[in-house]
Amino acid sequence: MKSVTKPYRPISWPMKGAGGDTGSWRAHRPVIDNQICTKCQICWVYCPEAVIDRNEITIDYRYCKGCGVCAVECPTGAISMLKEEE
Amino acid sequence: MTTSIKQLPDIEQVLSGNGACGGCPATMALRIVGKALGTNAIMLLTPSCAVASMGMTPRLGYNWPCINICFATAGSSASGITHALEIMREKGRLQGELPTVFSWVGDGGTYDIGFQALSAAAERNDNIIHFCYNNEAYSNTGVQRSGATPRGAFTTTTPAGKRQTKKNMALLMLEHNIPYVATATVAYPGDLYDKVLKARNIPGMKYIEILAPCYLGWQFDMPETVRMSRMAVRSGAWLLWEGENGKISFNHPSSLIISGKKEAAPVDEYLIKQGRFNRLLKGPDAESRIAAIQGDINREIAFMRERAKITV
Repeated sequence: MKSVTKPYRPISWPMKGAGGDTGSWRAHRPVIDNQICTKCQICWVYCPEAVIDRNEITIDYRYCKGCGVCAVECPTGAISMLKEEE
Repeated sequence: MTTSIKQLPDIEQVLSGNGACGGCPATMALRIVGKALGTNAIMLLTPSCAVASMGMTPRLGYNWPCINICFATAGSSASGITHALEIMREKGRLQGELPTVFSWVGDGGTYDIGFQALSAAAERNDNIIHFCYNNEAYSNTGVQRSGATPRGAFTTTTPAGKRQTKKNMALLMLEHNIPYVATATVAYPGDLYDKVLKARNIPGMKYIEILAPCYLGWQFDMPETVRMSRMAVRSGAWLLWEGENGKISFNHPSSLIISGKKEAAPVDEYLIKQGRFNRLLKGPDAESRIAAIQGDINREIAFMRERAKITV
């Protein structure tokens, strides 16, 4: 609905979720094992989607596309890719 | 000394939930570029995957003012904006530090279609940074051949493998006598961060080329993006170097290959992982074709080694 008081301007503003809730694209879900994780931040630096929290090493599943780069690059193997259930 | 991962700043300029494919090397590289450039910048985009990644209209996936421009005008548009900013400061409409003007362009907009405008901007030495994220094909339109596609690679317009070699665009830009040229790749984020930070503080035209292995165009498994980028550097198919005022210096680990301290890995493993070279490896003359690609790489390494000795 267009607002009557605010004129419509075709300008985009920086916001999360510009491509929608991209978590629904995911076929495999990365799961971090906090017992093995050494918090080296390699997953954080290579994540193309910026969904990994740098200090806590947690994943924002709302936007994670499940590419699996973090699981391949993790030096200790703390991230495993589990199949997404229906 | 390269910046380590833990020293990189927290700032995020690529926002979560953008429209890029999962495992996109372009957004991976743009995140690191964003950490170096900061918020005070203006981004120009020619038609490329990066424009599709911006997302849908009320929202924008990048935290910069973005301008979408014509395919051939990356150099000229950036020149116009940087000149306009300087005039605005002269007239007193802008205070403080001027924003960095940078264009984020694919290899089509740099090597082929945008080359004339880019060459002219380099010749004028305008104060811009031109980033080329090189995925070695026109991947946005469904993988067509570009000037950056290497010999033997399958694209939809070269179904039997490309017959010609790629051109050395970064060296071409160095020959324009611009103050700073660099090559980088996504597997070495600290190296890329340092180069962007250095380019930001140099006045004049800067050119940075980033190898971005696109899993759709190169036909490898999605999680292997960073690994493929690392293999390209270790096999010598991609050399990491920077040229400051015409003087070339190589970065780790390409410096080891150039100086002869370490042998470049054979190109076979790098080729086998990529589906785009499958046709080449299945035919009866597979060995001679691999030897041709290895020859291209060896020639490039030998040439760059000799070129780096010229410091005048």
